[in-house]
Amino acid sequence: MDANASARLKRRAATIAHRVGLFLAMLFICLPGIWIVLSSLRPTVEILAKPPIWIPQQVSLDAYVAMFSGVGKGGIPVLDYFRNSLIISVTSTVLAIAIGMAGGYAFARYRFRGKSAMFLGLMLTRTVPGIALSLPLFFVYARLDIIDTHFGLILAYVALNVPFTIWLIDGFFRQVPKDLAEAAQIDGCTRWQAFWQVEFPLAGPGIASAGIFAFLTSWNEFALASQLTRSINSKTLPVGLLDYTAEFTIDWRGMCALAVVMIIPALILTFIVQKHLVGGLTSGAVKG
Amino acid sequence: MAIVSLKKLTKRYGSMEIVHGIDLDVADREFIALVGPSGCGKSTTLRMIAGLEDISGGTIEIGERIVNDLPPRSRNISMVFQSYALYPHMTVRENLGFSLKIAGAPKEEMDRRVAEASAILGLDALLERRPSQLSGGQRQRVAMGRAIVRDPDVFLFDEPLSNLDAKLRTQMRTEIKKLHAKVKSTVIYVTHDQVEAMTLADRIVIMRDGYIEQVGTPDEVFQRPATRFVAGFIGSPPMNLQEATVADGKVVFAGGQSLPLPIRFKAKVNVGDKVVFGLRPDDIYPAGHGLHSGDAADVHDVELPVTVTEPLGNETLVFAEFDRRDWVSRMLNPKPLKAGDRVAMHFDLSQAHLFSAETGKSLRA
Repeated sequence: MDANASARLKRRAATIAHRVGLFLAMLFICLPGIWIVLSSLRPTVEILAKPPIWIPQQVSLDAYVAMFSGVGKGGIPVLDYFRNSLIISVTSTVLAIAIGMAGGYAFARYRFRGKSAMFLGLMLTRTVPGIALSLPLFFVYARLDIIDTHFGLILAYVALNVPFTIWLIDGFFRQVPKDLAEAAQIDGCTRWQAFWQVEFPLAGPGIASAGIFAFLTSWNEFALASQLTRSINSKTLPVGLLDYTAEFTIDWRGMCALAVVMIIPALILTFIVQKHLVGGLTSGAVKG
Repeated sequence: MAIVSLKKLTKRYGSMEIVHGIDLDVADREFIALVGPSGCGKSTTLRMIAGLEDISGGTIEIGERIVNDLPPRSRNISMVFQSYALYPHMTVRENLGFSLKIAGAPKEEMDRRVAEASAILGLDALLERRPSQLSGGQRQRVAMGRAIVRDPDVFLFDEPLSNLDAKLRTQMRTEIKKLHAKVKSTVIYVTHDQVEAMTLADRIVIMRDGYIEQVGTPDEVFQRPATRFVAGFIGSPPMNLQEATVADGKVVFAGGQSLPLPIRFKAKVNVGDKVVFGLRPDDIYPAGHGLHSGDAADVHDVELPVTVTEPLGNETLVFAEFDRRDWVSRMLNPKPLKAGDRVAMHFDLSQAHLFSAETGKSLRA
């Protein structure tokens, strides 16, 4: 066998090994998700079976039917939870992005006293685990009488997300050359127009990713929400999962079904925004 | 009509003064080049004219209107950036038409003016491309097109060619010159390259450390540099400059060698004056290999050892040792020389310059 043939064979083997490796990694990542979907379709006996039953024997949509069939018939107020989750997540994301854009732009473009201290301070807030805040927050909220309100959760989530959105958006604005905004101003834009016409579209991918992260954080957050919500006034979907736990039993199937309902909007959103996440949009602006 | 007039223009960052109250008048349709080493304040001056930097003192007039506090968009200027600053998310057509879109021009007018600019610059085939799909020279042309479309009173260029390779730079230089002939606007052009300044400008402003050293036509700044700095900055290879002391009818260099005092400076200096003697490479040449342009009575011959030669084909730069340092001379119609050869050099002292060692100013007056 000559050297070329053996090199070709080696390359082919490497490709196959590569694919097998990727498949295993993806399987590992996807398995919990698949397991949740499968579990939502089969009876508890099968879910809890030991050794595990990998291939579902009895598949039914009973859990979904029950979920939507109203209180008293094994259902939970899923539509209320869904509405709460949506209002809280969307509002807090919009606010976090608006503040993040203003803050990120300021950090990227302007020099001011105490800039790095301020930036560091923002990052330090990320080191505090959310759960550690829940008790103090509960007391403050109780005093302010904003427990079990949309406003209360929105406030908490905005505060939670803002340091992150500022940090991420700052990085993207830094990549947009300053010359572009200046050129736009010379071309007749006001400072404000230059921002919206030139800098904003170019930082778009960063803002979109910050948006996804902020939305998912709010959508999935459980620790704070479980403390600060009480009723269908403000309970979000993750807190709603607790409705499937009773004193002595846990309805695993129902819980998994609700989890699937939760995942779907997040997946859809990610798919929609994904195409805006293309990087490298600024290439060619200035000397390459 | 767009006269640009700077009066006592000053720029300070905190307590640091970058531009020290400069005065400059640019005539209508004049092509003026601001040139100087990096950090001399030329780009800052341009950015102040554009309105991208606040001014700390003095006034800027464009078209007899004081624009000190006007935003860039109200000054009716265009600027070509060193980085081109094309909008990457827009096609070439959108880039060209951006200023008209912002101004709310009707579509037909926009199309017409974009078409005009693209015809002038040969961009027709590129209109639907994005900046990332263009080469450096093409991007440069789009940047110029964007400036033309605005039909401004004043064009500002901020080192527009420094990102191009040498060949393209020469080509674009010619295009800019042709462009100025066509659009006939006032141009203020910043560069650190004295060749660009010399070839393009009607007048050159040489800046150094935030001061203007000299303003003059290319010929003036070359033939009659006002200061030692200008003498060393303009011309390639640069003028030979050497400190010396005036003695009786001679200038004596530090190493003890001397040359006769050039005739035209006889009445301008006194014995004992510390001066800087300057002579361009063109005015030192091996016998029979130069262009003698002055007074034959003022040519002085010295035999010098060659240290290095740089053949350029049509001419050779000969470095010869005189008074313990190398002097550059230009040998036209070159003959082969090698290091160590002794050559009779003509020093054409009618072309020599003397500067005050203390102030750096020319003693020619």
